[in-house]
Amino acid sequence: MSQFTLTVNGKAHSVNVDPETPLLWILRDTLGLTGTKFGCGRGLCGACTILLDGEATRSCMTPVEYAVEMEITTIEGLSVDSKHSLQLAWIEEEVPQCGYCQSGQIMTAAALMKEKSHPTDEDINVAMRMNLCRCGTYQRIRRAIHKAAQVM
Amino acid sequence: MTITSKISRRDFLKVSSAAGAGLVLGFYLPYRDRLLAAETDSPLDFEPNAWLKIDTDGTTTIMVAKSEMGQGVMTSLPMIVAEELDIDWATVQMVQAPAHPKKYGSQNTSGSRSVRTSWEILRKAGATGRMMLIMAAAKKWNVGIKSCYSDKGTVVHRPSGRRFTYGELVNTASKIRIPSNVSLKNPDDFRIIGKSIPRIDTPSKVNGSALYCNDVKLPDMHYATVSRCPVFGGTVKHFNADATLQSNDVVDVFEIDRGVVVLAKSTWAAIKGKRLLNVTWDEGTNRDLSSKKITQLFNKRSEKKGAVGRKDGNVEKALELSHSTLQASYEVPFQAHATMEPMSCVADVHRDDCEIWVPTQGPQSAQKVVSKLTGFPLDKIKVNVTLLGGGFGRRAFNDFVTEAVQISKKAGKPVKLIWTREDDIHHDYYRPASKHILQGGFDNNKRLIAWSHRIIAPSIIFSEYITFPIPFKEKLDRVALHGAKDLPYTIPNILIDYKMANTAIPVGWWRSVYHSQNAFANECFLDELAESAGEDPFEFRLKLLSNSPRHANVLKLAANKSGWGNPLPQGHYQGISCHESFGSFVAQVAEISINEEKGVKVHRVVCAIDCGQVINPDTVEAQVESAIAYGLTATIKSKITIKNGRVRQSNFHNFKILRMDEMPQIDVHIVSSSESPGGVGEPGLPPIAPAVANAVFAATGKRIRKLPILPKDLKTI
Repeated sequence: MSQFTLTVNGKAHSVNVDPETPLLWILRDTLGLTGTKFGCGRGLCGACTILLDGEATRSCMTPVEYAVEMEITTIEGLSVDSKHSLQLAWIEEEVPQCGYCQSGQIMTAAALMKEKSHPTDEDINVAMRMNLCRCGTYQRIRRAIHKAAQVM
Repeated sequence: MTITSKISRRDFLKVSSAAGAGLVLGFYLPYRDRLLAAETDSPLDFEPNAWLKIDTDGTTTIMVAKSEMGQGVMTSLPMIVAEELDIDWATVQMVQAPAHPKKYGSQNTSGSRSVRTSWEILRKAGATGRMMLIMAAAKKWNVGIKSCYSDKGTVVHRPSGRRFTYGELVNTASKIRIPSNVSLKNPDDFRIIGKSIPRIDTPSKVNGSALYCNDVKLPDMHYATVSRCPVFGGTVKHFNADATLQSNDVVDVFEIDRGVVVLAKSTWAAIKGKRLLNVTWDEGTNRDLSSKKITQLFNKRSEKKGAVGRKDGNVEKALELSHSTLQASYEVPFQAHATMEPMSCVADVHRDDCEIWVPTQGPQSAQKVVSKLTGFPLDKIKVNVTLLGGGFGRRAFNDFVTEAVQISKKAGKPVKLIWTREDDIHHDYYRPASKHILQGGFDNNKRLIAWSHRIIAPSIIFSEYITFPIPFKEKLDRVALHGAKDLPYTIPNILIDYKMANTAIPVGWWRSVYHSQNAFANECFLDELAESAGEDPFEFRLKLLSNSPRHANVLKLAANKSGWGNPLPQGHYQGISCHESFGSFVAQVAEISINEEKGVKVHRVVCAIDCGQVINPDTVEAQVESAIAYGLTATIKSKITIKNGRVRQSNFHNFKILRMDEMPQIDVHIVSSSESPGGVGEPGLPPIAPAVANAVFAATGKRIRKLPILPKDLKTI
């Protein structure tokens, strides 16, 4: 077991964990931030997406030591009042169905919007194609991203 | 204008008037499978299974025992009550009921039936509550009932303009006898039903606060994974856990019925511990089973007649007399559900009782499972239904509950069982693979006079793990006939038969169940017949739908909205299909192009749906989009194949699902209708595979008779 200091949503946390533990399980089990989801464990579905220094990252494949000294942002820290333009657009477009993949979808979209404040359909295809949704909410995700871009 | 509805004693049990409880109405939502009910026809004992409660502060709570898996049931059911009760939507709260053996009737959430089976009684419940509140106001004012009316959570005395809020009336109302007649609203006056009311669960699903089973945490809870034999029916021969037990935070390794458990202090430790486990399996009798052998079994079974599901006229004779005939066979593979949330269950077994948290479509069968395993009576078993991270039929099976309870019992601790994605793909109850042989015959006027459809497929309801009593005659699985037997086309001679072909592969309900396979066969063959008759596929269908007006209507709507027959962008082609399931009628036009490397690209799907009275139009649209996306994965992306008795696919790299860049534009057109509501979770799925396959024919001249349609299948064209 090893000690690590992680900065999650602007707050420093000291954790004592197996150094092989992927960041996902530290967020979920150790820190109780369960908004980040486990979907595949192999970086294939995007349900576990978080931001590492602003970049969309698969936390299920991220070794804990890699995240040390980086800014970790989870869905819980995307906004203080759940009113990030993407969250509002997600509600307006009624995007979620089962909802399980949506934290990951929103975090990936947040990283995209940081790079491109007005993404094109093709930008959305490229950025979002690694985030799977079995309920097939893609059409609404696309609309919500465009909507959020309008207000940003 | 209003509609008067008689209230029978069977509808409402009682009005509770517990002190301070406000007005509580208990009523019964019939959730039994229509089909099973029709077969057994046993009278149902009246037990209220839902509650409508109005508090003194005016808050209205409706408790319904349905599982929310993305289909919007937590919103659509209360909408119906709120409409007739005439309240402000913002004052409504929905409470998810825990499992109870009797109290709620059947709690199964399946078959697209939540709204359609409870529509009528929910309206009556709301209307009864409203009537009783009006009666209470009239009593308090000492005026005639007819001089009072409801107005969004208040009762108004028309002549004087005096007004009571519902909250002020509930205690008086609770002492009033249930009226024998209530007025239901005229649908033209609906202000909630038929509106796209925002879903109750959406805000919690965009900020990470929605609670799924995987998010449940109890004091001293341990985490468990299970190593199961990859070969179906295999068992543990022996195992070596040395490496696992040396791994950080692993607490114990032991055997349960289905495999070897790694119990740990964290999820990661349990996952890692499982990877380090060395299990030797007795692979049993299925070790040589393969997709090839299953195909051979289907082929062999297809040679003999099956159990007859429908017989109109005399097909054999009609085919003999036909001027021209056509035969084709279609094959559909196994499919995994692959819900985004892998299977999981939290179980806390004590000495005398047990509590579980589970994302299940069958809370009561979960409760029974626990009772059987623990020996506890049902009232000592609490089943909390969490949000479901996708259901699609997979969570009607509670195999993960069995595992979690066995583990918690053995560990003597609360345990969260986590399945990995690999566990999920390897141990599903798959959509049955099937083979379909169709024959058609034309007379010398090119009139279709014969249609036969033989279905060869494993039976779900005759599987060993199905525990409910089967009301069907041996060998005739009526569920397997769904979507085949009810062929809507007017053809004088029809024969539908079913040949059971069970294998060791577990099969189960997969979104739209056998409709997905049967619609593919029906609607592709219809296209082949149209071509053979030299007719347009749309016109050909329309002619045969003269006795099925709702089918004809959606077909025309889809054709019209898609610009059927009009010029398309270069390289684009259309295919059409039409199918009814779960009480709703759907037609789709798929517009595709073919790319040598990438295969079929679906650009746009125009979908017309007649699902009767619509509760929440946006939910209907969302469910149709979802069903099409789900169906497209099975149409152009993935299949489950078997080799050496095990599933070859394991995760999303080889069980590929539809992605953002592959999602077509979907245009949904809802038919305005006052018919009773039909289902919406599943009916959008069956038409998509044949619509795409028929479009591929339009593009290439090649008939697709096997799913999925992969790039390699198009290369030989």
